[in-house]
Amino acid sequence: MPEKTQPKVTKQVKVIKANEIDPRFKYEVSKVPGAKKIMICFQCGTCTADCPIARFSDSYRPRKLMRMTQLGLKDRVLSSDNIWLCAACFTCVDHCPQDVEISSVLRALRNMAVKEGVMPVVFRDLSSNILKTGYAYVIPALRLRKREEQGLPPLPKASLESIAKLSEVTGFSELVKKKKEESE
Amino acid sequence: MTEVRYLLFLGCVIPYRITSYEISTRKVAEKLGMELVEMPDFNCCGLPIDSVSHDMMLALAARNLCLAEQQNLNIMTLCPGCGGTLLKVNEKLKHDKVLKQKVNGYLKEIGLEFKGTIKVKHIVQVLLEDVGFEKIKETIQRPLTSLKVAEHEGCHVLRPKKYLGFDDPEDPMVFKKLIELTGAECLDYEDETACCGAPIIGVNDMIPLQLTREKLVHIREVGAQAVITVCPFCHMMFDINQPRIERVFNEKFGIPALHYTQLLGLAMGISPDELALDQLRVKASKVLEVLSLTQKATPLQK
Repeated sequence: MPEKTQPKVTKQVKVIKANEIDPRFKYEVSKVPGAKKIMICFQCGTCTADCPIARFSDSYRPRKLMRMTQLGLKDRVLSSDNIWLCAACFTCVDHCPQDVEISSVLRALRNMAVKEGVMPVVFRDLSSNILKTGYAYVIPALRLRKREEQGLPPLPKASLESIAKLSEVTGFSELVKKKKEESE
Repeated sequence: MTEVRYLLFLGCVIPYRITSYEISTRKVAEKLGMELVEMPDFNCCGLPIDSVSHDMMLALAARNLCLAEQQNLNIMTLCPGCGGTLLKVNEKLKHDKVLKQKVNGYLKEIGLEFKGTIKVKHIVQVLLEDVGFEKIKETIQRPLTSLKVAEHEGCHVLRPKKYLGFDDPEDPMVFKKLIELTGAECLDYEDETACCGAPIIGVNDMIPLQLTREKLVHIREVGAQAVITVCPFCHMMFDINQPRIERVFNEKFGIPALHYTQLLGLAMGISPDELALDQLRVKASKVLEVLSLTQKATPLQK
């Protein structure tokens, strides 16, 4: 079945050049909470074998992404569309014999990609919604009126002041702004 | 009887698109004698932007946890995404001192501090551990014995096992038992615990559509008249996206997706309209026929 948005395939035939390798990369990744055990992945492939996404994708292979990370192929990994395809179903996390939290490693890689200015549109939208309303989706006024008609209690209203502050101290607002400027 | 009192965490998707889940939950909770407390100051659980900034996710989740701590109440979520996130962050902060220190550094800026005094549970876990099967059984007035359904529980209710752990993710039984309390038969089907793909639909829509289509094929194969969910995202794949799946793959399914709370509500004798069955995209008319129930006609019905 053809995929509508074909992810970029990391070509298997592409020769890895020594200058592509960043030996510090795996240490950088392993310092991120949840991603520590990337160091002990022994490439058994259980993650890929059990991955529901891999079954329907020509390019998404979690085992390969783990190996590329271990090798230090930083640029290739961070620019790959594949890191955005994990659905976080945690099947691989439960099955990994080395207890690697594969989905957390991928989350760490995504966070790094964002710092490099790579962020799929959907995440930019969700991020800006959170800054605007405290929620990932903006509930339309019509819905809010309908809630009242249905006798449902009013929705929580997040403290935007608190959200702004947290966004500032965690560096989130900077990340979202950065991307915006670049895309304009 | 112990009192079942929870702060209700609705999250984003349920008020945005799946109000039927909230409406039916409130009806069912009333019958079960559960008290759902509103928390006017909650924000997003954080999960949607975990991929952008893990620290911001932690901060958002921790803020919600702190608000619940101030009320001295446990949180119940309807969305397993919110539930899994809040539960995991809660556990991590309780056990990882370094992480707790870091997050409390953020929270200090808004005058809060994570203490680790509350629990977070998804509604399935609340029904299992706090309400109990006996209590649910007592409320059944109209057993749905003529109905055959399939379950799709959703990943975040079961996995990762080390955080959720109340059921076996390889062979989950709790949700099936909850379904069978209504009198309906819960059929086994191939790859039952497989993911629907919903979380990546914003990045790649064809993979989730193929995953859900495959699940629908397996559900149809065993002759289930409906699929029962407890996750707004999974529900969106099975309900809102089912007509699209039918178009893309040129195949007819017509399998309604009901929230568990709707199924339970029907068995409690609550009317289909009160349970917002009319809000489903794939109409549940066949299910209601089997149960000899009727539903008001809405102009939106196909």
